[in-house]
Amino acid sequence: MTPLRTEKNLVKITTDHPHGVGTDAARPDGILKVRGEFAYSSDLWAEDMLWGTALRSPHARARIRSVDVSRALAVPGVHAVLTHEDLPGVKTYGLEIQDQPALAVDQVRHHGEPVALVAADHPETARRAAAAIAVDYEVLEPVCTEEQALDPERYGYVHAPGEYRGKASGNVLHRQRVVSGGGVTDEVRARADVVVRGTYEVGMQDQAFLGPESGLAVPAEDGGVDLYVATQWLHVDRRQMAPVLGLPEERVRITLAGVGGAFGGREDLSMQIHACLLALRTGRPVKVVYGREESFFGHVHRHPARLRYEHGATRDGRLVYVDARIVLDGGAYASSSPAVVGNAASLGVGPYVVPHVSMEALALYTNNPPCGAMRGFGAVQACFAYESQMDRLAAALGTDPVELRRLNAVEEGDALPTGQRIDSPAPVAELLRRVKALPLPPAAGADLREMPGALSNTTHGEGVVRGVGYGVGIKNVGFSEGFDDYSTARVRLEVVGGEPVALVHTAAAEVGQGGVTVHGQIARTELGVERVTIHPADTGVGSAGSTSASRQTYMTGGAVKMACEAVREELFARGRARHGWTHDDLSLAGGKVVSEAGGVLASVADLLGDDAIERTREHHHRPTQPFDPETGQGFGHVQYSFCAHRAVVDVDVELGLVKVVELAAAQDVGRAVNPGAVVGQIHGGSVQGLGLAVMEEVVTEGGRVRNPSFTDYLIPTLLDTPPQPVDVLELADPHAPYGLRGAGEAPTLSSTPAIVSAIRAATGLALRRVPVRPEHLTVRRPEEG
Amino acid sequence: MRVVFTANGRRVEADDVWEGESLLYVLRERLGLPGSKNACEQGECGSCTVYLDGEPVCACLVAAGQAEGREVRTVEGLAGEDGLDPVQQAFLDAGAVQCGFCTPGLLVQTHALLERDPRPADADIREALSGNLCRCTGYEKIMDAVRLAAARRAGEGAQG
Repeated sequence: MTPLRTEKNLVKITTDHPHGVGTDAARPDGILKVRGEFAYSSDLWAEDMLWGTALRSPHARARIRSVDVSRALAVPGVHAVLTHEDLPGVKTYGLEIQDQPALAVDQVRHHGEPVALVAADHPETARRAAAAIAVDYEVLEPVCTEEQALDPERYGYVHAPGEYRGKASGNVLHRQRVVSGGGVTDEVRARADVVVRGTYEVGMQDQAFLGPESGLAVPAEDGGVDLYVATQWLHVDRRQMAPVLGLPEERVRITLAGVGGAFGGREDLSMQIHACLLALRTGRPVKVVYGREESFFGHVHRHPARLRYEHGATRDGRLVYVDARIVLDGGAYASSSPAVVGNAASLGVGPYVVPHVSMEALALYTNNPPCGAMRGFGAVQACFAYESQMDRLAAALGTDPVELRRLNAVEEGDALPTGQRIDSPAPVAELLRRVKALPLPPAAGADLREMPGALSNTTHGEGVVRGVGYGVGIKNVGFSEGFDDYSTARVRLEVVGGEPVALVHTAAAEVGQGGVTVHGQIARTELGVERVTIHPADTGVGSAGSTSASRQTYMTGGAVKMACEAVREELFARGRARHGWTHDDLSLAGGKVVSEAGGVLASVADLLGDDAIERTREHHHRPTQPFDPETGQGFGHVQYSFCAHRAVVDVDVELGLVKVVELAAAQDVGRAVNPGAVVGQIHGGSVQGLGLAVMEEVVTEGGRVRNPSFTDYLIPTLLDTPPQPVDVLELADPHAPYGLRGAGEAPTLSSTPAIVSAIRAATGLALRRVPVRPEHLTVRRPEEG
Repeated sequence: MRVVFTANGRRVEADDVWEGESLLYVLRERLGLPGSKNACEQGECGSCTVYLDGEPVCACLVAAGQAEGREVRTVEGLAGEDGLDPVQQAFLDAGAVQCGFCTPGLLVQTHALLERDPRPADADIREALSGNLCRCTGYEKIMDAVRLAAARRAGEGAQG
């Protein structure tokens, strides 16, 4: 195949650090990253490569009367212009439901939907040629709101009834109910002394990973294609791509290129099919790199949500019931909306014991941008609502909000509304106690930069009020509802230069979280070697599942552990056969086979000689069950993860400016395989929650995105981000490898409600929508009194 | 057009440069220096930060022609022959690198900060690096890394 210019990290990453499980082992890709030599998907280059780009719809909903590509084809330097008519296989793809066209077919259903593709010898040539394609649109009124979506006869179907592939009907994409304790009847309501009701809204958040969607497709001699791409799950990309490309899966080979962050935004396909189509058509390598604006159109966002909650409690603060309805805007295509609905419904009351629950969660099809996976995945929206409700309940009862939460917190052995009993540690009350016990930060000093408004010089402290707030959440780990998201690992032990070296080969997507680091740590711990080589992730080995759902250390880490154990057993078997060992306490350390009774028995190098031992293992988590569609009952989740936050804010109540002063977290991670990386996950997840609380929203107007840039969609900078003390608990989960608990998502849940709670404490406002904007703090609305 | 300048101490030239190309594009796509990153290409994220005649700039906002005859230093030019720059080492040791896409820009910006202010206060670090977005780390370990780099540089200075 064509050589790549910068392929160091695509070849092999070798580590020789003697750091095993439980240490702050260094990243094997760290030196390449700080030297600027790590090859991200946008850095790839091949001789004779072309640049691909897409023409996207400027409308949220329109019929396409005609597409004329002749002017684009006439642009010098253009090698191909493609529309849906050029698709060799099926026209649609999707993670769960194949309802998304690779290129628009006769209609567009959202702003930014790809309509045509261009390959040219310079990216600017490609862009200009794309602009020269004439598309005749008949613009239609978009379906944008819940009211419109739920009345398709009046406002229209996003997918016409004959084309509908969702899991419900009309413009409802999926619906899940959860009913426990017989539901919330009048008789149940009568048992509550205090009732609080609230309707909450969560805006559309963007993953805003920094590395734009990009990759390089190289046509192969066998008629297939090799794709180097930044993604979260190589095998599911291939499963979706091959039918559209009209190729058998084995002729679509994917290698992971360097990934500049993901956070759920790379679960769906973006440029994969497009680059491959252009490469196969032109016979030349094709590189596609989105700019930031295209990136906002190129991936799904976090579902905006409208959440209606009613909580009833006794006078002494015990929850009696929760009655709730969660409406998620799925946008034009299904993506992972059904699973997001399942999470919102099953985790929708939070980490609390609730005797009676009546919950309904649904996702709608609309002509808004498609929404799908983002860190927290359906649990984020619910957490903002139920934690807001817990604060309101505490206020109604005149009790301390942390103590109210602790009183109702789930513990190991308690049942969730799905009927699933929590069968590993669930230290929710302890996490809350810990964040509350932390010392509070001092009052703002004289430095203007520490004030709300900071360098804008809008206050010197006048009008500034401090507030403190808390939040806690519950997130599932791994794929749920009966899905077997197994992971595969291949481990090879051989002698290189007189020293045993372990080669670890998985298809797990390293997206920054440090999967490659923990794989090395596990191999060192299990095989007693110092040197570990991490093979590039590709489709040459079995699936590793997705780098999402906080699952990779648990699932692929577990697969690496199993493969190492199998290699170790084979090594011991050879030793027994050759040397007649009878010891039953063999282990590997420092490159030697050791027995407590017999001491050092042999060196691994001598035992292996020129031979290599290679074993491949699949790691399946314990089976789960689908939720009953009407009652939501079922053993639906693999594992639960809990995090609590305390936020301290200063608010300029006259100008509506917020400064988050401190964001403290406590989280149970079961076992910190790499404690430094775990803290890094908690920091990063917490700050994405901060962004949702006070900054981030993809603003749409009639389905059109108004702010697709980092100038207009603001993510937290270092000045927006406070110090973040973190307290990590390690209470082992007996069902998980090393007792570990998936850690990446839980911090993104509770940070948002904790910050908004603190702003409420400072302002006395109800604040039922995130992100909180200055006008929410300064323009008093009637319902907020 | 042809553009000639100095990149990391080496004379470089690029031919057939379209006038609309940025310095970032020329570095990444024509000169084999893709270390400077392309996260927003409108000067908001700082991931393409390079030195231009000793001043940190966003390479995406510099037209290629503006670099003519000038000195550019990128992340690839930070390490010396004897190993990593203390700023690079501190980012690794502090765990400030996750996906690493923001890292090249942050390294150059931190390098520039410590050149002009060897012992910055926390508030000064936050201000100086506020033009460099990071989406993975929540910035805490980046703060640690800058403090560590400053302390190590000061230590080296005392010894030297």
